[in-house]
Amino acid sequence: MPDPILSLLDVHAGYDGVPVVFGVSLEVMPGELVAVVGANGAGKSTTMRAIAGLNNPLQGTIRFEGRDISRLRAHQTLALGISYVPEGRRLFAKLSVEENLSLGAYTEKSAAEIKRRLDEMLELFPILRDRARQTAETLSGGEQQMLAIARGLMSRPKLLMLDEMSLGLMPTLVEKMMETIVAINRRGVTVLLVEQMVQEALEIAHRGYVLQTGRVVHTGSAQELLDSEEIRRAYMGM
Amino acid sequence: MDTLLQVLLDGILNGMLYALVAVGLCLIWGVMDVINFAHGEYVMIAMYVTYWLGFLANVDPLISMFAGGLFIFILGALTYRLIIKYTIGKPPLSALLATFGLAMLLKNLCLNQFTPNFRILSDTWLGDKTFQLGALIVPLPQLVTAIVALVVVGLTYYMVRSTRFGWAVQATAMDKEAAELMGINTERIYLLVFGIGGATVGLAGGIMPTYLAVHPEVGTMFSLIAFICVAMGGFGSIPGALVAAILIGVVEALGGYYIAPVFKYVAVFGLYLAVVFLRPKGIFGW
Repeated sequence: MPDPILSLLDVHAGYDGVPVVFGVSLEVMPGELVAVVGANGAGKSTTMRAIAGLNNPLQGTIRFEGRDISRLRAHQTLALGISYVPEGRRLFAKLSVEENLSLGAYTEKSAAEIKRRLDEMLELFPILRDRARQTAETLSGGEQQMLAIARGLMSRPKLLMLDEMSLGLMPTLVEKMMETIVAINRRGVTVLLVEQMVQEALEIAHRGYVLQTGRVVHTGSAQELLDSEEIRRAYMGM
Repeated sequence: MDTLLQVLLDGILNGMLYALVAVGLCLIWGVMDVINFAHGEYVMIAMYVTYWLGFLANVDPLISMFAGGLFIFILGALTYRLIIKYTIGKPPLSALLATFGLAMLLKNLCLNQFTPNFRILSDTWLGDKTFQLGALIVPLPQLVTAIVALVVVGLTYYMVRSTRFGWAVQATAMDKEAAELMGINTERIYLLVFGIGGATVGLAGGIMPTYLAVHPEVGTMFSLIAFICVAMGGFGSIPGALVAAILIGVVEALGGYYIAPVFKYVAVFGLYLAVVFLRPKGIFGW
């Protein structure tokens, strides 16, 4: 069995020293698509921020490819191969689509390589090609979400963390977004997906973790979680 | 008519000098949201660098202004590393008071070391040379300063708008956390922005001793005018600062000539009040 690409051991995380995540442990294997689901305020985004280096954990260890990254800053975790697409897209509104994408590959110095990646992204998300010179703020919600994912892929990450991609999107767009995530995963990128839309996330994931008030309350294969009566009742309204 | 054109020319040339002083402040303010109260003292220090290089080693300000730029780049970077870094994320007043303290320190150090005496460099390459353009008298030092200002402001604008480093600077200004997620070391961006902002004002201060006297209080008015240029142009807008600086230079010259020299700043601050009343975010503010 291969070593996990990402592992969290007893991680406590929060803001200004106040924990909102208590002792979360999870593992992601190379090539997997893992969903972290739960209600609003469960601590999903806080956990992602801790992994990405935006809020270092208050306690516990985060390892990436066996290396302790618990105390690294965000620009350092990106250099190791972790790309985090945060909740709310966080695009650079006044910069063009092309400039946003280019910044996604900021650590890459070769102009030819950046151009290659740019072309690849515009091929993967053709809608962005027509919008390349527009500023990010002029895109629709769905297009902005596409741009956020494409920008996250520009660094050629080993692990892509997507936070609440479905937020504010129409159901048809959510479906398309999920298809895109599966396509990215099939290209060999390990994906850690954070979602409030539990059913949609688990339907595309290999495994899942359910967070509730800052703690992991369920874990298992996506199918096991989908079949769980308790989860169906609590999170899917069935 | 000739007099009016002459006054306008003098105003535009003076305005270009203000633009050179303001562009660094604009960069620092726009990216970091930090009001650097020591900006005028950077001008004064750069002037002393050039003055002493001219006085002791006979280096002309046209050459030594680059030393002034480099010196203030280092001073700016040190200001960030030793002072501003610790005020980021704190109430804006802390950075303001910290740089005010630095301004006092720098001014009084110079008073202590160099006395309040006015010092003038003689026999500079440009000196008080002028040339005639039709009915206009064009002062060469001011014209060269205006050209330097145009080049520096243009290069700074190009850097911010069209280079990957500039996009990283803009990204850091828009959303520091998201910039970090792109792999941008925002600490380094802040350090460089403070350094580059310092370097541009260092160049301005460096060339000034060609035609202006150096003394410890010389930076105070430049500092105030630079703030007005940035606020009037729109925070963080380099073209805005340039336009505002030229407007200020022209209004100052017109007010000084047609009303009275003592009232020239009344005209400048009146213009500032009028602009912020009509457009609180400045001419190019968004």
